[in-house]
Amino acid sequence: MVAPTLFVEEVGDGGRVLRFIGRLTLARIEDLPKRLDALSVQPQIIDLSQVDRMDTVGAWLVHKLNKSSGASITGGSDDMMRLIAQVGQSGREMAVRPPPLNPVLHILSEIGASVYEAIATLKGLLSFFGSILVALWDVMRHPSRFRGAAVAQRFELVGVRALGIIGLMSFLIGIVIAQQGAVQLSQFGAEALTVNLIGRITMRELGVLMTAIMVAGRSGSAFAAQIGTMKLTEEIDAMRTIGVSPIEALVLPRLLAAVIMLPLLGFYASIVAIAGGGLFCWLSLGITPDTFIGLLREVIPITDVWVGLLKAPVFGAIIAMTGCFQGMQVQGNAEEVGLRTTAAVVQAIFLVIVLDAFFAVFFTEIGWV
Amino acid sequence: MIDLTDPIAIRIRGICNSFGDQVVHDGVDLDVRNGEILGVVGGSGTGKSVLLRSIIGLKQPDAGEITIFGESMIGKEEDEALDVRRRWGVLFQGGALFSTLTVAENVQVPLREYYPNLDQTLLDEISAYKVAMAGLSPEAGPKYPSELSGGMKKRAGLARALALDPMLLFLDEPTAGLDPIGAAAFDELTKSLQRSLGLTVFLITHDLDSLFAICDRVAVLADQKVIAVGTIDELLALDHPWIQEYFNGPRGRAATNAVDRGKSLRA
Repeated sequence: MVAPTLFVEEVGDGGRVLRFIGRLTLARIEDLPKRLDALSVQPQIIDLSQVDRMDTVGAWLVHKLNKSSGASITGGSDDMMRLIAQVGQSGREMAVRPPPLNPVLHILSEIGASVYEAIATLKGLLSFFGSILVALWDVMRHPSRFRGAAVAQRFELVGVRALGIIGLMSFLIGIVIAQQGAVQLSQFGAEALTVNLIGRITMRELGVLMTAIMVAGRSGSAFAAQIGTMKLTEEIDAMRTIGVSPIEALVLPRLLAAVIMLPLLGFYASIVAIAGGGLFCWLSLGITPDTFIGLLREVIPITDVWVGLLKAPVFGAIIAMTGCFQGMQVQGNAEEVGLRTTAAVVQAIFLVIVLDAFFAVFFTEIGWV
Repeated sequence: MIDLTDPIAIRIRGICNSFGDQVVHDGVDLDVRNGEILGVVGGSGTGKSVLLRSIIGLKQPDAGEITIFGESMIGKEEDEALDVRRRWGVLFQGGALFSTLTVAENVQVPLREYYPNLDQTLLDEISAYKVAMAGLSPEAGPKYPSELSGGMKKRAGLARALALDPMLLFLDEPTAGLDPIGAAAFDELTKSLQRSLGLTVFLITHDLDSLFAICDRVAVLADQKVIAVGTIDELLALDHPWIQEYFNGPRGRAATNAVDRGKSLRA
């Protein structure tokens, strides 16, 4: 433990003397500022002759004492005096944080800002959607500008790499549905209906919905973070100045990949979930795979498959668009990338579920029950 | 044991660094004397920044020995090196300010980290005069890094590097990207801080004006080694082709002439 800086007070010829002893440095300051503030009588002379070393913090304290007491400084070396003078010159009032707002005003301005922000987001999303359509039209007129390699790369990242985790998740969900369904249905002696439950719910709803949530978490967030970081490092601006449209180069491949991959992943998820459920039925209810598949073909109408497959591309588009849109909105600092990524995932999942509700009503109304 | 009066502040012996097959350093030897401003120059990709990162412990060199104030830095655990770490300040190329903190809070970070018991008033006062010493106006204190220009970010980074009253200051291309007036002011600032605080400065730069204006000695990195160290006059006397090209190229001559003109004006 280092000894704290000391000072002694004495009354000499010229008046009250405050003599610092030892090192006047940051490491040894301890509670010196408090002790100096607590001085009952202000010194008239500050004696530095017994100070071994002084850094800017020490100089600052001497300067402050000197200013508040009006005492003269003696015994300091030239270096020390120069340091005190320099620190003294630099000492100015400075705010550490921006001034806080009045709380009422603060709440009002927060509300105003979020309303404004919501409107701006809506407008931004619309214009983003518009520019995607324009870019799509451009690419269709000039097919040579289509970035096949970029799309293929996204296929891999969004689709192929997701197979493992989505498969595992769906398999487990299939087992859970079968198990819970069997427990409930056995109360009515209707275990056989478990097959209907698994087949219809996974094909119509769960396969695609769970896949959409997983893709939003895996790829929607990645889109936002990648594009957001590129925005921060001015890569997007560089693209624009070179004449490459960022929408064409970055957004379209991601959008296409998501739109095409989601139906495939969704169908795959449904099949794996049914396999999981089938395994449970076999082991626990004694329904053999042959019988299980036979039953499935009877109870699942083909419209159920269509319901799942038709919803999926829309969900894919929503996920890719919110991801890319939020990425494009990043500006300022690294924290923003995190906030926008979170917003992308939350908005994508929320929109997907809202749309899913609409689809459910719609498909029932047109008689695909 | 740390010896702050060691005449050699940083002693580098036989440092080797490589990334895969690419050898960046192959036996770098260099002494940085206590209290001097040492400029480090070298072409792009000669490993100036890698050398800096090796010294400050961000990259473990493949071989070699680095001692700072007599304390060996190789193979040290994080917490063992703390005592040396708080005696240096580093200014990274882009400033590397923490983007979620204001400039003043950025300056307070190292102080809080090493001296958690300092009271808030003193912290605020210290950050205020450090910001002013780094040549920023008080209005910059409560601003966030994203609101600052490139030059202001560097100054704020310097204020943070100076927060702990370091003995050693590492500057990585401090004047890159500044306008000539700003760059000259930054040089002036470095020199005056070095003089009043008794700093040892390790300065990586491409800026010939900085070399001529403030460096006591210059080290030249080339061919994976330090090929020469000395004052600019000493380096000019060598006939290594890269050094001649560097200092006697059109830009080098312009900078030399400017210094000569300045000397004759003052005389």
